[in-house]
Amino acid sequence: MMQEGLDDGPDFLSEEDRGPRAVNVDLQTDGTLQVDISDALSERDKVKFTVHTKSTLPSFKQNEFSVVRQHEEFIWLHDSFVENEEYAGYIIPPAPPRPDFDASREKLQKLGEGEGSMTKEEFTKMKQELEAEYLAIFKKTVAMHEVFLCRVAAHPVLRKDLNFHVFLEYNQDLSVRGKNKKEKLEDFFKNVVKSADGVLVAGVKDVDDFFEHEKTFLLEYHNRVKDASAKSDRMIRSHKSAADDINRIASTLYTLGTQDSTDVCKFFLKVSELFEKTRKIEARVAADEDLKLADLLKYYLRESQAAKDLLYRRGRALVDYENANKALDKARAKNKDVLQAETTQQICCQKFEKISESAKQELIDFKTRRVAAFRKNLVELAELELKHAKGNLQLLQSCLGVLKGDT
Amino acid sequence: MAAERDPPPPGDAGQARFGEAEDGEDLFVVLCSPASLPAEDISANSNGPKLVDSFLDDDPDDLFAEATEEVSLDSPEREPILSDGPSPAITPIMAPRIDSTLFDQALEEEEDNGDTFDICISVSDPEKVGDGMNAYMAYKVTTKTSLSVFSQNELSVRRRFSDFLGLHSKLASKYMHSGYIVPPAPEKSIVGMTKVKVGKEDSSSTEFVEKRRSALERYLMRTVKHPVMLKDPNVLQFLESSELPRAVSTQALSGAGILRMVNKAADAVNKMTIKMNESDAWFEEKQQQFENLDAQFRKLHASVESLVCHRKELSLNTASFAKSAAMLGNSEDHTALSRALSQLAEMEEKMEQLHMDQAYADFYLFAELLGDYVRLLTAVKGVFDQRMKTWSKWQDAQLMLQRKREAEAKLQYANKPDKLQQAKDEIKEWEGKVQQGERDFEQISKTIRKELGRFEKERVKDFKSVIIKYLESLVQTQQQLIKYWEAFLPEAKAIA
Repeated sequence: MMQEGLDDGPDFLSEEDRGPRAVNVDLQTDGTLQVDISDALSERDKVKFTVHTKSTLPSFKQNEFSVVRQHEEFIWLHDSFVENEEYAGYIIPPAPPRPDFDASREKLQKLGEGEGSMTKEEFTKMKQELEAEYLAIFKKTVAMHEVFLCRVAAHPVLRKDLNFHVFLEYNQDLSVRGKNKKEKLEDFFKNVVKSADGVLVAGVKDVDDFFEHEKTFLLEYHNRVKDASAKSDRMIRSHKSAADDINRIASTLYTLGTQDSTDVCKFFLKVSELFEKTRKIEARVAADEDLKLADLLKYYLRESQAAKDLLYRRGRALVDYENANKALDKARAKNKDVLQAETTQQICCQKFEKISESAKQELIDFKTRRVAAFRKNLVELAELELKHAKGNLQLLQSCLGVLKGDT
Repeated sequence: MAAERDPPPPGDAGQARFGEAEDGEDLFVVLCSPASLPAEDISANSNGPKLVDSFLDDDPDDLFAEATEEVSLDSPEREPILSDGPSPAITPIMAPRIDSTLFDQALEEEEDNGDTFDICISVSDPEKVGDGMNAYMAYKVTTKTSLSVFSQNELSVRRRFSDFLGLHSKLASKYMHSGYIVPPAPEKSIVGMTKVKVGKEDSSSTEFVEKRRSALERYLMRTVKHPVMLKDPNVLQFLESSELPRAVSTQALSGAGILRMVNKAADAVNKMTIKMNESDAWFEEKQQQFENLDAQFRKLHASVESLVCHRKELSLNTASFAKSAAMLGNSEDHTALSRALSQLAEMEEKMEQLHMDQAYADFYLFAELLGDYVRLLTAVKGVFDQRMKTWSKWQDAQLMLQRKREAEAKLQYANKPDKLQQAKDEIKEWEGKVQQGERDFEQISKTIRKELGRFEKERVKDFKSVIIKYLESLVQTQQQLIKYWEAFLPEAKAIA
């Protein structure tokens, strides 16, 4: 069970515990439709999210209701958006990543196996830490699923989608199963074709400066966000390892302090106590960096991909339109099937223009959202880091004061 | 003898144990603090010949590391049972036995004259001499002192690593079996040295040289802090004379080296077979205490080394992230955000340096001290072993005496006058040996008590001062962090 603001664990998501967790997106939520994940339950190999909706829209039977959903159902919803031609001109909010507790579970298991080889204190300590880690991953996955729903709810068109309403309201199992092997393989090939196609389409120079600029920009941006995301992950991992080392040092110092019969035992005990506290702060620094920086980058990695997909769809439509034009010219020249060609051309034209129109707005919104999210997170990151550093400093200075006073 | 520090001249690592991590790094000039060391204890530093334990030494490079004392046929390391001589010592060692009063005096002197210990040794200016596999590093050893036993107030000589090992070797063979804890020399490193010889001018070989320089400095300081070692002519010669005979038998793969290995094996076997009746609870308690301390120090050392490693890793990863963030800032087309990201990148670059500095502090302050103490503790254990050997020798002498008496009794009945006289002479001889054995045992026990007292005092001093310095380095890091984030925050807020 996930409890909001867990008692002894550090408050990772303290600000975001109530209401929509607009962690990485700055969303205007209005009273007409508010969605959040009010609860979640982690079972053996799946997570059950309680999706809670508050709405004044007439299309819903009640004003407030909840359903239980699993990850596959989110994916189903996302995919239904992607496959819907009507939404081709929108940036489809990226799907939340699959909840992945494997690494954490493995560590917990290893700990259990190695229980005999360490002291009881060490074991309890490590267990607490691994549990905190598990909890952090859990909170993160909840946040990411929630953000997806919030983005959909905030989008003027997507929020009206029928599947979305069913997702929110239908209180039975949607019977959406995960893709089986065959479907996954199909997806894989689809993606291969799409990327090859994407390259072709991207090669077509766009008349419109705005889109041409966006294309170049997004391509580069996406790659660099990917890189930054990976590097920030590595940095944070090192930070966590260092915090773990300090933990071990604290334990050994404690043992030394209790064993020692000389004057220095007091030093050992005091420093052990100090390191216990500073290590917690260090762990929190790493966790905050993870939330505010790494997660931000990861999210925009996904969003920039979604924006790229939009551009691809538009590019595709443009190519289709141009091909239709060519076909029409040919038909007119041969004076054969002209009507059909005209109709096709009309359709392509409309499709293209529709996509272009909404795409422009979507991309502008994307930028606005991005800038706001970065601002929010960077400011919060800086504030948290300052808070932690000051806390650390105070602990260190007070301990030093005590120790120096005693020599 | 108190160690009075001169006000820290830059680059002088007064409290030589913790040398300088980096030149000109303000963080570490602090190390040579004038406000230091009160009293008298000179670390009862343990001697290299960790008789048995060197076998169990983890570091394969250093299989021969402690094999630095001269082992000759008259060496005390041989089986006490076989040794027939009145005192199983190479000639100079007679001195401590016979003139034990002289040394007791020296030791008392140290307690009386609280403030006359004034010597500061620094090791600096490593220079590569020669080329290829015969190349070596020469270090400048500078001694600043007002002690009368030195010819001048300021001396400077050039020494190479094997000279240090040679010095240690001589001191060990002289003093170790009297129960003195002789400070262990820094460890050999075949890998590290080879890199330097081959001329690899990269950061790892510079680090290696710096690590070694620092270790040599700490070694010398510990050695001269010991009142007995300080007066030893070998030490004086080492610090003063411009030319030193080359210590050849310290080489890893020399004949002497092999002989040392063999002797150590023999000692290991012996230790297992000697079962001592400990009549003195104090020793038993102390031994147990040091066993525990050793275990904990090793554990702590390992954790601190792991911390150093991770911090270095953090520094590298931060640098790499900084570059990545800069790139991201470049491609970001919103001007204010772009600028903020660049600022973030710049800040992370500064953090990279900060983390690296902290890693050095972790290492040179904390990890190296722990490493030194792990080696010292093994030497302490060696001293206990020596006592056990001395006891064993005494017991064997008693056994022999008894046998001689029995033999004499038999001869009484057999009535062989000439053989009888011989037997009586032998009894006299062995009575003397028993007495000597008992005296030796008492002397070594007394020495060890004193040495341990000194060792503990020194340990307390060392750790207190290092812990404080280490915490100060952590404080500095946090203060810097605060500065950096405070500079960045307005930039982040400026994103509009």
